[in-house]
Amino acid sequence: MGASLVLRNARFGKEILKLTTQKNAMVSVDHLNKVYESKERRVEAIGDLSFEVNQGDFTCIVGPSGAGKTTLLKCLAGLLKPTAGSVRVNGREVTEPPEEMAVVFQEYGRSLFPWKTVRENVELPLRERNIPKVERDRTVAAALKSVELDHVGDSYPWQLSGGMQQRVAIARAVAYQPKVMVLDEPFAAVDAQTRADLEDLMLHLWSELGLTLIFVTHDIDEAVYLGQRVLVLSASPTRILDDVVIDIPSPRSQAKTRIESRFAELRTRVYAGIQRAKTGG
Amino acid sequence: MILRALRKLFVELALPAILFTVLYLLSANSTNFYFPALSGVLKQFNALWLGPRFFADVLPSLERLTAGYLIACISGIALGIPIGMYAPLRRILEPVLEFFRAIPPVAMIPLLIVSMGFGNSMKITIIVAGSIWPILLNTVEGVKAADQVLSETCQTYGIRGMARLRHFIIPSASPQIIVGMRLGLSIGIVLMVISEMFAALDGLGSAIIYFQRSYEISQMWSGVLMLGIFGFSLSFIFRLFEKWALHWYYGMRDLERKS
Repeated sequence: MGASLVLRNARFGKEILKLTTQKNAMVSVDHLNKVYESKERRVEAIGDLSFEVNQGDFTCIVGPSGAGKTTLLKCLAGLLKPTAGSVRVNGREVTEPPEEMAVVFQEYGRSLFPWKTVRENVELPLRERNIPKVERDRTVAAALKSVELDHVGDSYPWQLSGGMQQRVAIARAVAYQPKVMVLDEPFAAVDAQTRADLEDLMLHLWSELGLTLIFVTHDIDEAVYLGQRVLVLSASPTRILDDVVIDIPSPRSQAKTRIESRFAELRTRVYAGIQRAKTGG
Repeated sequence: MILRALRKLFVELALPAILFTVLYLLSANSTNFYFPALSGVLKQFNALWLGPRFFADVLPSLERLTAGYLIACISGIALGIPIGMYAPLRRILEPVLEFFRAIPPVAMIPLLIVSMGFGNSMKITIIVAGSIWPILLNTVEGVKAADQVLSETCQTYGIRGMARLRHFIIPSASPQIIVGMRLGLSIGIVLMVISEMFAALDGLGSAIIYFQRSYEISQMWSGVLMLGIFGFSLSFIFRLFEKWALHWYYGMRDLERKS
């Protein structure tokens, strides 16, 4: 699939340049299965999951609570080992946290280092990559600016509001310059207005940075508003119930997109999927 | 701002000042041999502790305490971190550690005198043997309680090895480690005095015992007063260190209390 343009050396027919519009799978999940086993019981969190996320796509994953969303995310991020099946990121099988992936956790209050300032929090992962100080400072400043927090670099995270703290966590992920950013219900704990702002921030960052985004949420409206594609998960043991392409054009806006009839249709379809998931159908 | 600071200082100093005055007046005409007038004790204090005895006794005591306490801090933290991080190691070591902690370090003084003599190394060993336990055990607890989400954050952002220790494990355990260090300091002072009372030619404990044996009661009391000031100054310095090291922790806690 996809067209490609190939320049060949005239005499030897050797490829010297190949431009391709073919979409590559940045993340591929193949028959993923995860079972938690303890002495007393055996819980199958993820039944059998297979899907691919293309490079540069914004994919939302929704599912009822207890659908193994966090388990899936931890398998993607290399924090949990699958019981069976595999996860590949950028072509390599995930056995430890992949270098090209940044994760934004739901509990922003617990994912930022309270003994470090905002700037130090964003900078820390870069220090471990041995990036020179000057370049590090530039990257950190740009990342903080991209989430409109360049004025609070010297504050501590706990001095900021919840929404601002989550923006610091997003800035840290941006500064890490990942190919894939994975977010686990990142806005579940902030108020509605802040949430709308953060959603627009995500859309903006996505269009600016050309990232592959995987956004886990339990909020159907949020999934449809943000994603180009929504995967609906069943209750555990998790399977994929529906794979919905969100054909609402960009740029999207809180005021207009949410009242479009197409938005309502897609929302209804995802909602029906979730209802089916809850009743186990 | 200045007014408030002055008021705070006044409130803090009021009770000590009152106690001192009351004691001074009550003891003024004391004829009790064992509880002499405070004025006499102060006179001795002036002559002894603000004079040659400061260098002859206070400084040697301070040296022993500093050496013993620093060794206890460093080794307590260095041992506590791996024990806190690895559950299997903890299961093996915990019963043994609890047993050693239960032995009062003073009980080891006779043994140590026999094996190490009367020198400084014996006293330093006693101080280490006593003050290491709260530091070690609190470090273990602090490291054990490290936050799961922060730990996963480190994993996903490639913060491992020494960086993980420096930027995550140690700072996250530091409030608890410092609680242990504060307990360790007061235990260290007690053991410094006791070991000097057992066997020493100089030091605060040895001076107090010397005055007691020669029935110089005012001098003995002045030594006790000096010891009080000694301990108070050290805990004051410790508080400054604590405020500096844990400023983020207190800032966060104060904010949580307000909301």
